[in-house]
Amino acid sequence: MTETKLIKNAAERNVPLEINGKPVVPYKGVGKHNPAGAKHGPKIYSCKDFPSDGNKRVGTLMEALKKAGLKDGMTVSTHHHFRNGDMLANQLFDIAKEMGVKDLRWFPSASFPCHEHLIPYLEDGTIHHIEGSMNGALGRFASQGKMKGVGVLRSHGGRYQAVQDGEVKIDIAVIGAACADPFGNSNGLYGDSATGLLGFALADSQYADKVIVVTDNMVPFPCVPWQIQGNYVDYTVEVDKLGDPEKIISGTTRITKSPDRLLLAEMTAKFCDETGIIHEGFSFQSGAGGTSLAVGEYFKKIMQKKGIKARFARGGSNKYLVSMLEEGLIEYILDGQTFDLEGIRSMAENQGHVWTSPFTSYNYHGKGNFAGMVDVAILGATEVDVNFNANVVTHSDGYLLHGIGGWQNCLFSKTVILPIPLFRDRIPVVVDEVTTLCGPGELIDVIVTERGIAVNPLRTDLLEKLKGSDLPVKSINELKDEAEKICGKPEKAHFDDQIIAVTKWVDGTVLDVVRKVR
Amino acid sequence: MGQQQNIAEAGIAGPKVRSDCYVKLELTEKGGIRIDLDSKVKSMYGSSIEQLCRDEIEFFEIDNIKLTLKDAGALPFTISARLEAAVKQISDTGKEFIPDIIDENKDTPVRDRFRFSRLYLPGNNPKMMLNAGVHNPDGIILDLEDSVAPAKKMEARFLVRNALRQVNFYGSERMVRINQLPDGLVDLKYIIPHNVHVILVPKCENALQIKQVEKEISNLINKHKITHEVFLMPIIETALGVEKAFEIASASESIVALAIGLEDLTADLGVIRTNEATETLFARTRLINACKAAGIQAIDSVFSDVGDMEGLRQSVKISRSLGFEGMGCIHPRQISIIHECFAPSKEEIEKAQKIMDAFYLAREKGLGVVALGSKMIDLPVVKRAEKTINLAVKLGLISGQDTT
Repeated sequence: MTETKLIKNAAERNVPLEINGKPVVPYKGVGKHNPAGAKHGPKIYSCKDFPSDGNKRVGTLMEALKKAGLKDGMTVSTHHHFRNGDMLANQLFDIAKEMGVKDLRWFPSASFPCHEHLIPYLEDGTIHHIEGSMNGALGRFASQGKMKGVGVLRSHGGRYQAVQDGEVKIDIAVIGAACADPFGNSNGLYGDSATGLLGFALADSQYADKVIVVTDNMVPFPCVPWQIQGNYVDYTVEVDKLGDPEKIISGTTRITKSPDRLLLAEMTAKFCDETGIIHEGFSFQSGAGGTSLAVGEYFKKIMQKKGIKARFARGGSNKYLVSMLEEGLIEYILDGQTFDLEGIRSMAENQGHVWTSPFTSYNYHGKGNFAGMVDVAILGATEVDVNFNANVVTHSDGYLLHGIGGWQNCLFSKTVILPIPLFRDRIPVVVDEVTTLCGPGELIDVIVTERGIAVNPLRTDLLEKLKGSDLPVKSINELKDEAEKICGKPEKAHFDDQIIAVTKWVDGTVLDVVRKVR
Repeated sequence: MGQQQNIAEAGIAGPKVRSDCYVKLELTEKGGIRIDLDSKVKSMYGSSIEQLCRDEIEFFEIDNIKLTLKDAGALPFTISARLEAAVKQISDTGKEFIPDIIDENKDTPVRDRFRFSRLYLPGNNPKMMLNAGVHNPDGIILDLEDSVAPAKKMEARFLVRNALRQVNFYGSERMVRINQLPDGLVDLKYIIPHNVHVILVPKCENALQIKQVEKEISNLINKHKITHEVFLMPIIETALGVEKAFEIASASESIVALAIGLEDLTADLGVIRTNEATETLFARTRLINACKAAGIQAIDSVFSDVGDMEGLRQSVKISRSLGFEGMGCIHPRQISIIHECFAPSKEEIEKAQKIMDAFYLAREKGLGVVALGSKMIDLPVVKRAEKTINLAVKLGLISGQDTT
């Protein structure tokens, strides 16, 4: 990459004004960016140009891609509901390679370790760069400065925003669906590759120039419910297998057995109880991580004991959440991502189990979204600094290892709690300054570690409620000092000047850069 | 030691290893100290790790050596212990490379304290030591005996020694279970000078064993000019030990408790261990009786099914009803249940308060007989009520002002 001009943004991070040859806006602060103009509009199409009998089937994915006009430099999108069992994205680029297409921009809603398969295509130039999460081997590849372009990391909401802005114009969206009809109506509910919902593909269906639906369970019209509407779809393709069901959905999500994580979960739930966050009609965000599941179970005990019901839980669904729904402890699950078979069953059976999308929950350009209505979000982080800024994409050694996911968007809930260990092995988690900024400290309220709980001084209300509590409340600096006392003061990671990726804020501005690891 | 070897290894490496390291040393003819460091935290701690190793090798007066270190995020106390364990295989040095003692570990042993829960930690596993204290057990046991493989016994001594000085156990009583004698007597050399609170003596069967331990500790206390006492907790794990329980319990002034080990005991008795534990009822009650007669605490065995919290709860309730004052833990999640069940219940506290109130009232009125309602109350009942109240106050369940 050529020398880039950098400017200090509102978070004091040096960021470029141009990424992959296109101008970008540096971060201005939470709620400070006011984009103007009209949203991006896809091309006008007319129904007369599509089969009037609704049959849009073509024989193979390659045929569909050829008809959709796949060519050099295009932006191709996929979704990540198949998680680590995804076969479609890999097939897609196998075909691109076979067709000799180059310099594609891959725009997934997230990538997984199974996409290590794509590294040769990043090496040979079939894929120019990735705009989406880069995990595992892909993250390592990018961190070593081997990707041709600069990676762009966005939140799930930020992805919807980037599509609506026209910042990312999707040329071809390839949407895998567990169930679809020849017209393109599709859902994730039924079939061997069931994923529950398809919310992450919603923007792609609405805004991509060409939309291909691929299914391994083609049913006659109508496929209901149509989570993706066939009216957006150009071509439908039937394949033998979309993914590895065991890796798409875990048969059983399990609560962590780690005593340390259980302690974090117990402390988090106790904190929520003592500060009155758990009250009649409250709402919470839930995830499928071990600690997050355990927090839910502690919530459940407190709710049962006090006879309290939650109005809704938002986020990933799983058997524990479903049991709370079916026992009447939660009235609604607003599901953004279904994690296990019980979640899928419940979504099909329970009226109160509702599917959502990044549009309903997170989008910056919506007239509001659900994230801000949630009373408490319990999230993770790789690092938190003394200003409560948090990192979720890199580790302290600088390697890109996780995506942002819905994390940034969830920061807008009324109280954000990060239950995290004070250190992992010898790596301090509470630090002076985060390696990569992903979430501004003003939105992060509470850090729960096994050695103490730090509350953001901005939350005087929470601190007031904790007076007289026997919870181990400490300052964030005390926690940082304790981490350094145990681990030693770390040397700063050494980075090259080369920028290998940027993190975007939910409004599309550039929050920080990720540099090549030396 | 006779002929020395030139190559030595210590510690462990592998994809699943965390917070530990592997050390390989090769004595060389020339080339000075060469360090080949492979560490997952190299970018953050690489130079401090190298400095630590260099300092330690120079301390042991080794001039030419090749050190290979594979580090999975081990803390300095672990790296240093592994390195020393390797050095001792290739050197006759009598020196010990002893890390500083942290302020939190400078507290000296206390005879009277609660010993409801004590968490076993394998003595050669640094990872499990790091967060043990945050789970708030009354005591932690750094175990040199059954949880350490025979080939790792020496390594574990250095690690336990360093842990006693460097790992913050957040106020838990620091205990070490030594090996069976005579090896256990050698263990003491590595433990006693480092502010250990209680020594657990396994498979104890007679007073003589306690005398031997006591004598070795006394020698070490004199040698290192230690100004505090070190307490003992013999573990009874055989039929013979049960029969000699009182002899053992009263063998030394330093004994604060007897513990029972049911895994070995049931094997010795030739019975199958059950959760209900009726097969060891005699042994347990006999041990309790011996302890009470000797004025020390009686501590129950561990409950080994870590997944069965309800079973644990029942087991602790029975333990307490028999007269035990504590129990071992093999998983941190057992601690809170054990504390909950050994603490007096709300009803017990309320009843005790009523008895005490009646007692004070009778004393005020100069009455010789204490009555609660229509019931006469004997003095032992008052004494027991007073104990319950004191316990509740100490545990913070009621404030001291609630008692008159």
